[in-house]
Amino acid sequence: MTAELHSAGLMRAEHLTRHFKIGSALSRRTLHAVDDVNFTIGEREIVALAGESGSGKSTIARVLARIYPPTAGEVYFEGKPLSSMTSRAERLRYSGLVPMVFQDPFASINPVFRVSHGVLRCLKLHRPELSEAQRQEEAARVFEVVGLNPDMLQRFPYELSGGQRQRVGFAQALAMRPRLILADEPVSMLDVSIRIGLLNLMAKLRDEEGVSILYITHDIASARYVADRLIVMYAGQIAETGPIEDVLTHPRHPYTQLLLSAVPDPRAPLAVAAETDRGEPPRVIDPTPGCRFRWRCPLAIDTCAQVTPELAELRPAHSAACHVAQNSPEEVKAFSA
Amino acid sequence: MSDLPVLEVSGLSVDYVLDRGSVRAVDDVSFTVSRGEFLGIVGESGCGKSTLLFAVAQLLAPPAEVTAGSVTFGGNNLVGLTDGQLSAIRWRDMSVVMQSAMNALNPVKTIGAQFRDAMRAHGKVPDREVADRSAEVLTMVGIDPVHLRSYPHQLSGGMRQRSMIAMALLFTPDLVIMDEPTSALDVVAQRSLMVQIKELQLAFGFAVIFVTHDMSLISHFSDRLMVMYAGQVDEIGATRTIFDRPLHPYTQGLLEAFPSIRGPRVPLKGIPGSPPDLARVPSGCRFRPRCPYAVDKCAEVAPDLYPLEAALVRCVRREDGSLAS
Repeated sequence: MTAELHSAGLMRAEHLTRHFKIGSALSRRTLHAVDDVNFTIGEREIVALAGESGSGKSTIARVLARIYPPTAGEVYFEGKPLSSMTSRAERLRYSGLVPMVFQDPFASINPVFRVSHGVLRCLKLHRPELSEAQRQEEAARVFEVVGLNPDMLQRFPYELSGGQRQRVGFAQALAMRPRLILADEPVSMLDVSIRIGLLNLMAKLRDEEGVSILYITHDIASARYVADRLIVMYAGQIAETGPIEDVLTHPRHPYTQLLLSAVPDPRAPLAVAAETDRGEPPRVIDPTPGCRFRWRCPLAIDTCAQVTPELAELRPAHSAACHVAQNSPEEVKAFSA
Repeated sequence: MSDLPVLEVSGLSVDYVLDRGSVRAVDDVSFTVSRGEFLGIVGESGCGKSTLLFAVAQLLAPPAEVTAGSVTFGGNNLVGLTDGQLSAIRWRDMSVVMQSAMNALNPVKTIGAQFRDAMRAHGKVPDREVADRSAEVLTMVGIDPVHLRSYPHQLSGGMRQRSMIAMALLFTPDLVIMDEPTSALDVVAQRSLMVQIKELQLAFGFAVIFVTHDMSLISHFSDRLMVMYAGQVDEIGATRTIFDRPLHPYTQGLLEAFPSIRGPRVPLKGIPGSPPDLARVPSGCRFRPRCPYAVDKCAEVAPDLYPLEAALVRCVRREDGSLAS
């Protein structure tokens, strides 16, 4: 079973952990941004990584992008550990195959160059075999794929709208012929009317270009719209994971239930929900064993304060890290939508 | 007295006066807010919603200036009042909650000191009374009063935003203006803050103007909804009616742009194109270039706001009072 899973995964994280030292130089306090996280991302798959701010989802993206190394654990790409890719050539190849698209389209494109600059640079660096003319051609091709007129290559960033700039971000990533795009909140800064266009583009890149995407978001509805699988993070750990439809229709972890109950749904009848969660996200500084959600969880039992729950499969391919859910045959609702 | 609206905005226009000509960010906007009413204002970035809010609160700074219209609050036209006259009204009768509490709160002063400043700006208040009222409002928003001694950086994003709301309630204002107060928060904190705002509003009876780009957020909380596009009001009416039967193509597009977490997964299209540059608005209807229903007439005449039942809609297809979708 495990061997099969491993061979199927394009990217696989095993016991991925990232801690940060905080405070002064002499401080011994450690922030556990990501703690012992395991997941795989398959070929041609959009995996949504959801969770509140501070849950560690961006830290995961940055470790995968090799912006910083993991404190413990290992990430395998195409079966090869990232820590073994040390030469410049290997690192360059990896960053081309696993590019990142950033949240803020206004800050992630150099304002003093035409937008062609970034795309052409990516091509020059990552595909040196192309001639000048081929690079121009390829830049025009990726612009068309992301839904931009190739004439736009000659524009400056300030001439483009937020949605167009974010498409430039995807075009830059696409120019490197990626296997997996790390997209950190790529639509959260865009207007509602434009978001759908970008989500449709992500689905198109998966279906037509065969690219996998790690879609980091706090917007569950948009995740459901494009993603195949969902990973819900809470306080640096995976709370629940599985096929997205199954997780959303049968959420087993109380945090997932809380998250779903908070999503505003204009199609639902107008009513102010009776239950409100006034809890605050935990601070994961030097955490003690036990479930990190227990202070906000109405179902918490004694075990939750002593033993850190591990992910266990509760439905086909669908796992949750919750003692209560794992011990009750029926679905227990802590929060209902 | 209580029949009079708290706020009456009439024919309000705001221009950004620049060297190369002026840009009209808010164009002939009129609306009223009744006592205790929750009015939601939605629109995309650049539609003029924040400029409108700043004009209502008289917080505009050059190059922006009100070029036409009036803002009547509590019987006074705020346009043209001096800073001295305005400061008597500000915070006591009308308060503002800004988008980013981290930027709106003073980072080098404790929450308590900032509350004290706001209260002292309206006259001599004994220390005891300041402390009591500060603790009271902080408790109202669900924060332990010990945090009066905390600095903004010691609070989480949700707590900072809630302490801003507490500060807005120090006096008992008739109107609280909120500019995307929840946009920096994640969904769970967002939901709990919205519920809390609604509870406080029901308990104290103040009116709220709530500006947001996220229509679904206020769908359960606002009484009336005003949709803005390119500096103008496109549609205004009861929230439930607009959600059930949006009449302007832009409103329809906005509503269809939200994926749902329930029901069948359907492909969505969003709205093609992007909002116009306000320095170069299209002729006729401003939504025409993005509108799937546009006809020749849309390029010729700039549509008025046509009354339809209890709503107002700026679309020529509604000129004859047609409700067909």
